[in-house]
Amino acid sequence: MNDKKWIVLGLILFVGLFSFPFWFNVGKAAPAPEVVLTEQAKAAKECVMPTDFMKTEHMQLLDVWRLKVVRDGVSQFVNADGKEFDMSLSNTCLDCHSNKAEFCDRCHNYASVNPYCWDCHIDNPKGDK
Amino acid sequence: MNKFYMSSLLAIFALALIAWVGAPALPWLFGIVLPYLAVAVFVVGFVRRVMGWSRSAVPFAIPTTGGQQRSLPWIKQAKFDNPSSKTGVFVRMALEILTFRSLFRNTRMKMNEGNRLSYHLEIFLWLGALAFHYAFLVTLLRHMRFFLEPVPGAIQMLEAVDGFFRLEILYDSVQFGLPGVYMSGLVLLAAAAYLFLRRLFIANMRYISLPSDYFPLLLIMGIAFTGILMRYFTKVDIAAIKQLAMGLVTFQPSIPAAISPVFYIHLFFVSVLLAYFPFSKLMHLGGIFLSPTRNMLANTREVRHVNPWNYPVKVHTYEAYENEFREKMVEAGLPVDKMPESAPEEMTEEEKE
Repeated sequence: MNDKKWIVLGLILFVGLFSFPFWFNVGKAAPAPEVVLTEQAKAAKECVMPTDFMKTEHMQLLDVWRLKVVRDGVSQFVNADGKEFDMSLSNTCLDCHSNKAEFCDRCHNYASVNPYCWDCHIDNPKGDK
Repeated sequence: MNKFYMSSLLAIFALALIAWVGAPALPWLFGIVLPYLAVAVFVVGFVRRVMGWSRSAVPFAIPTTGGQQRSLPWIKQAKFDNPSSKTGVFVRMALEILTFRSLFRNTRMKMNEGNRLSYHLEIFLWLGALAFHYAFLVTLLRHMRFFLEPVPGAIQMLEAVDGFFRLEILYDSVQFGLPGVYMSGLVLLAAAAYLFLRRLFIANMRYISLPSDYFPLLLIMGIAFTGILMRYFTKVDIAAIKQLAMGLVTFQPSIPAAISPVFYIHLFFVSVLLAYFPFSKLMHLGGIFLSPTRNMLANTREVRHVNPWNYPVKVHTYEAYENEFREKMVEAGLPVDKMPESAPEEMTEEEKE
């Protein structure tokens, strides 16, 4: 049978598809996003938890906060250093990190994460830029 | 204990241990060199294997028939199960590749009371295989978010659909569900586990199972498990991981600091899977397209299939043989098909001429 040309065509197609990420990104440098800290965040120096924890666990922390506030009626969060915080995305997190576009969105867009926080919360409650 | 699945299981643990111990010391090896090597081995090995198949002979027309062949006009033909046209073959192949039709037709024979034979539809293998393959496909496609920048809308849409259920378990002891739960990962692990346990617990399946069956299943379970572990339990810095992945695909590899060893185990498992792929039965990915039992026309009564690789054989027909030895045969009194035109006496005269 004379199927060789079809087999070669299929192989070229397969290799082309498989190597899609290589040629899709040709000529693009995609460095990791730089998050921008506001002056207030820089002044505070430390978030509610250490930076490494916040990098990987912030979504879980916020989820627990929501559960605590909405279900249990507890509104105070005490971290490992004994510091107290109001468990509130709008009033605590966004107080320092009032720059959602340069802080939250940079990593979220980079990693294609679409959190549903902003379905309810407005992203800049204090209204400043 | 069966040495076949134990050896595979031990191999998986050994691989995990290698990555666990090795990655913190040699991150460039596990994060850059081995992934590149694995991809190269995969592509070259895959192409070589398929080209090897393309050179092999198909001496006979061997399409399997699953219904009535094309016959007289008033006999209804099974157009897709016994295709006589290229369209029919195309539909048959599409159904085979996309829905695993021949697996669906799998039946189990059983002797009932009174020696009555019955056939049962064996549906769970088909269901498990379907769940496994499609979950794997979706998992693979949504991992493209780590390799493409900007992430295409189609991938984001797939992620949205995959995370549709927004499964969240939130108790003081168990917290699960953020980041959003992807169904495909859980289905992949569950289906691979089912396919593995099926080989383990059904005696006649265990009898025919070899390390080449257990190893890939356990490896894929390991990949799914480490993936789920990283996403929902021991969380990892996703931006750093994408930085590494983007470095690989833009040929500017870099190792961001402090990526969890679990990620390196995941990556090492995937590298091993890619490198192992062309040498294993996982090559059914390419092989299914080249199955003569499925992709040949079932027109054996209409067209004679000549092996195209037949080399010209030097033949010596009886006719030629008799022409060569006729006189001697006649002299010896042997029967011949064609008597010499003239008598032997005249023959000698002819010979003189």
